[in-house]
Amino acid sequence: MNAILDPHRVQALVIGGSAGGIEALLQLLPALPADCPIPVVVLVHLPDGHYSLLPDVFAPHVALPVKEADEKEALSPGTLYFAPPGYHLLIERNRTFSLSTEPPVHYSRPAIDVLFETAADAYGPTLAALLLTGANEDGAAGLAQVTRHGGTVLVQDPAEARIPTMPLAGLRATGGQAIVLPLASLALALRALRPEER
Amino acid sequence: MNPLAHYPDSDFDIELRLLIEGIYLKYNYDFRNYSPASLKRRVAHALAQLECKTVSALQDRILHSPQHFLDLLQYLTVPVSEMFRDPSYFLAIRDKVVPILSTYPSLKIWIAGCSTGEEVYSLAILLHEEGLLERTLIYATDINPHSLQRAEDGIFPIEHLKLFTANYLAAGGKRAFSDYYTAAYGSAIFDRALRRQVTFADHSLATDSVFSETQLVSCRNVLIYFNRELQDRAFGLFRESLCHRGFLGLGSKETVQFSSVAEQFEPFARNERIFRKR
Repeated sequence: MNAILDPHRVQALVIGGSAGGIEALLQLLPALPADCPIPVVVLVHLPDGHYSLLPDVFAPHVALPVKEADEKEALSPGTLYFAPPGYHLLIERNRTFSLSTEPPVHYSRPAIDVLFETAADAYGPTLAALLLTGANEDGAAGLAQVTRHGGTVLVQDPAEARIPTMPLAGLRATGGQAIVLPLASLALALRALRPEER
Repeated sequence: MNPLAHYPDSDFDIELRLLIEGIYLKYNYDFRNYSPASLKRRVAHALAQLECKTVSALQDRILHSPQHFLDLLQYLTVPVSEMFRDPSYFLAIRDKVVPILSTYPSLKIWIAGCSTGEEVYSLAILLHEEGLLERTLIYATDINPHSLQRAEDGIFPIEHLKLFTANYLAAGGKRAFSDYYTAAYGSAIFDRALRRQVTFADHSLATDSVFSETQLVSCRNVLIYFNRELQDRAFGLFRESLCHRGFLGLGSKETVQFSSVAEQFEPFARNERIFRKR
């Protein structure tokens, strides 16, 4: 499991989810170790007006600092970021966040595709992207882009996803290059995210 | 699904730089200090829509045809989506800023990056209800002439009006929102009286300078597309334009805090991102 998110290789983890995503994240994110060596960025679709609560919801369950991503903020290792409401969240090559009010993608703003595509561009082969349960196809094109850049693509096992549409679309878009795992195994992979012993 | 699937990233990046440089040299529109990630997405989108295989092909087309450049400009600039977007911002303008603005015998307000005018009409309605519109001059500026024309027309798709109305009420609106527009043929045409005090003008935060002293500058969700250097230039213009103790209103995720003029502003309505010149 350690090999999946080898900290020598993976420099950032982005996670996207929609319907059922909060429950999945509550199983997953508590596994992140306090000394997590990379930034973790989470985007989950919610009805407008609810996004801002996410950092507060997750902070008590997570060992690392949790915050909403700020415009121009540099991604910092060992920090868990949530996408703010009403804006697309993008990652620049200089590894800072940008926000945009471009039109929704797949009826969503923030959209997982926008985050994944720009993260792939910024981190190339050192990016890991994980797509969780959801009822639409946002994130699939983003995963394809991560694959093109040689990054690691993880997809929640559609068999256990509350709504399998999103992980299935992710699998179709990445043509067999995705690693498919249930949440329990994904949590193990996160737990293994530690600075390498010297 | 992805128009760039077979287009090497390295080539795209080189050609994008050349395109941006070409646009600047030929048309004096300066996108060189825009945040790259979003700009790149918008150019990729434009390629698909304008049916160009490469950025170089697009460059060839726009350099030799001003009309094609204007077509591209529609994709490079990001339209505003809503009237009274973030109602709490307009509520704070109404409840906290207006009482101070009303002490001035005449007012000048600058809406920088007004796009298709949603914010212009929002502020005009608010000022009208607070009895200030008659003595206010609103400068509404943008770099996109097509957007400025649409702003001046004041015609919006009727399907947006439900959201606009909800926002208006949440922003402390005092009347029926339908008092301000006439619905016809699937559109809502806003009352011409609302723009009697508005001057629409072509102005670039990247290349132009200050044109007037103002008491309020509202520039929302424009600076997020700029890099720090260009943000600082824009903040410098706002500081220069604002009178002593003038107000600066920003988008809900924007701040002067990390800019070169941070010391010269103080938070006035912190959550609503309204700052005041010291």
